[in-house]
Amino acid sequence: MPSAASATRPATQDAPAAALVDAAAELAAAVRGEAGRWDEHGALPDEAVRAVAAAGLLGLDLPARHGGAGATPAQLGEAVAHLGGVCGALRALLTVQGMTAAALLRWGGEAQRAHWLPALASGDLLAGFAATEREAGSALAEVGTRIEDDGEQVVVTGAKRWVTFGQSADVFLVLGRTDAGPTAVLVEGDRPGIVREPVTGQLGLRAARIAHLTFDRVRVPRENLVAPPGLGLTHTAAVALDHGRFTVAWGCVGMAEACLADAAEHAARRVQGGAPLADHQLVRSLLARSAVDAAGARALAERAAEARAGSPLGAATETVVAKYAAAGAAKAVADRAVQVLGSAGCEPGSRAGRFYRDAKVLEIIEGSPQVAELHIAERLLRQGVRG
Amino acid sequence: MTDTAIEIREFLTVALRRPVAPDEDYFALGLADSLFALELVVFVEERFDIRIEVDDLDLDSFRTAERIAALVERKRAGLATGGETGAGRAVRG
Ligand SMILES: Cc1cc2nc3c(=O)[nH]c(=O)nc-3n(C[C@H](O)[C@H](O)[C@H](O)COP(=O)(O)OP(=O)(O)OC[C@H]3O[C@@H](n4cnc5c(N)ncnc54)[C@H](O)[C@@H]3O)c2cc1C
Repeated sequence: MPSAASATRPATQDAPAAALVDAAAELAAAVRGEAGRWDEHGALPDEAVRAVAAAGLLGLDLPARHGGAGATPAQLGEAVAHLGGVCGALRALLTVQGMTAAALLRWGGEAQRAHWLPALASGDLLAGFAATEREAGSALAEVGTRIEDDGEQVVVTGAKRWVTFGQSADVFLVLGRTDAGPTAVLVEGDRPGIVREPVTGQLGLRAARIAHLTFDRVRVPRENLVAPPGLGLTHTAAVALDHGRFTVAWGCVGMAEACLADAAEHAARRVQGGAPLADHQLVRSLLARSAVDAAGARALAERAAEARAGSPLGAATETVVAKYAAAGAAKAVADRAVQVLGSAGCEPGSRAGRFYRDAKVLEIIEGSPQVAELHIAERLLRQGVRG
Repeated sequence: MTDTAIEIREFLTVALRRPVAPDEDYFALGLADSLFALELVVFVEERFDIRIEVDDLDLDSFRTAERIAALVERKRAGLATGGETGAGRAVRG
């Protein structure tokens, strides 16, 4: 896999983080042969989760004072691309952990940061992000989960769907509502009143231990509220989703590059009618288009990483652009890879076949292409106002 | 209106694509999309070289241009001890 180390800072300054990018590459290489089976069995095994945590990858971009490695966005992206190129569930683990940690880093109080971030960085606690409901998907302002103050504690009641790692997470960042509007609260997974219903057999991300969750009058301390009531979506969830889009974008870069490599290798090796597939111009066209799609996705993901590291004013939009492009690239490249692989791409355990399914899911979640286009066009139109 | 409030209104006018009165609550008017609050906080931090913490979000401090300006002035007054102001930091747009 190409690893154009796009380090933007002197290596000495962030050597631990740079070493962790290598650790991510090694871990990805080590589990490459197993990811297909995890997908078939529908679960990322605990040992794999522990391996990611032990490698220090869960706190990659958190500051050192909170137990993280202080990685730059570019380093985080590289690490995620390595994992994403091997297993969508491994990448998803980093995504959901990173979303919760980012939200707390940005809008947690000092005590909340001290309490949660080191445990999230080490993997002692695994987090899930519980926003989606039956009636609130793209339009999260409509979440109906109630967060009420009973005088002593806050009480959470509602039904969440599609929580990645919802089967196993230790704590959930829940988006609900108070009278003030959308509100975010942390709910520990072992509180009474939580029912986890595993989701199996879905189109993609089958190993991501997804669950639908029911919260039946689950009581948590007031200290678990994140940011003032009413700002749960615009502030807390917005930061989480922004971070999630960034890691999903890089995961998609890894997927596109992996599918491109599988397609090229197969085309060069597979002989039909006396000629390698790669001798056909039409096959070369498929490969060339995939190479350009993958390179474009990487370039835009790098641009988003730069925006996030430097002046972050345009970073949220650059991140939407990167996620939009990379998910589209992953989908297109996986599609062409399965084409070139033929029946080999349809076999159980085929990486391209698995990524073909995963890529479609990734195009839908963290902002569908249509919603992304609205954002991108909106920012474009602002330039007109500047005159 | 202070220079701070004027700059904030300029940003809001561009970001919301319509003129915004100093005391207008653009969240209540439904003018903001889901990236807007993120961008607004980043703008204020970058432009005025302050760090917005969760405690600063109280009292609807980001709901109008006037209130943001007041918050910025308060934060800057609190930063009396040394430290650069935002003069050296580039802001796009
Ligand atoms: C595998 C998987 C894992 C997930 N993990 C999580 C998780 O960890 N936490 C969580 O909270 N949620 C999770 N989700 C849910 C996911 O975030 C939602 O599916 C997503 O936000 C879309 O919501 P929806 O499915 O309700 O689709 P809808 O909102 O009903 O949208 C359906 C389609 O309508 C179109 N559309 C929607 N809005 C607009 C618009 N404004 N303009 C134009 N077109 C539009 C788009 O094409 C969109 O794809 C997961 C989902 C899946 C499949």
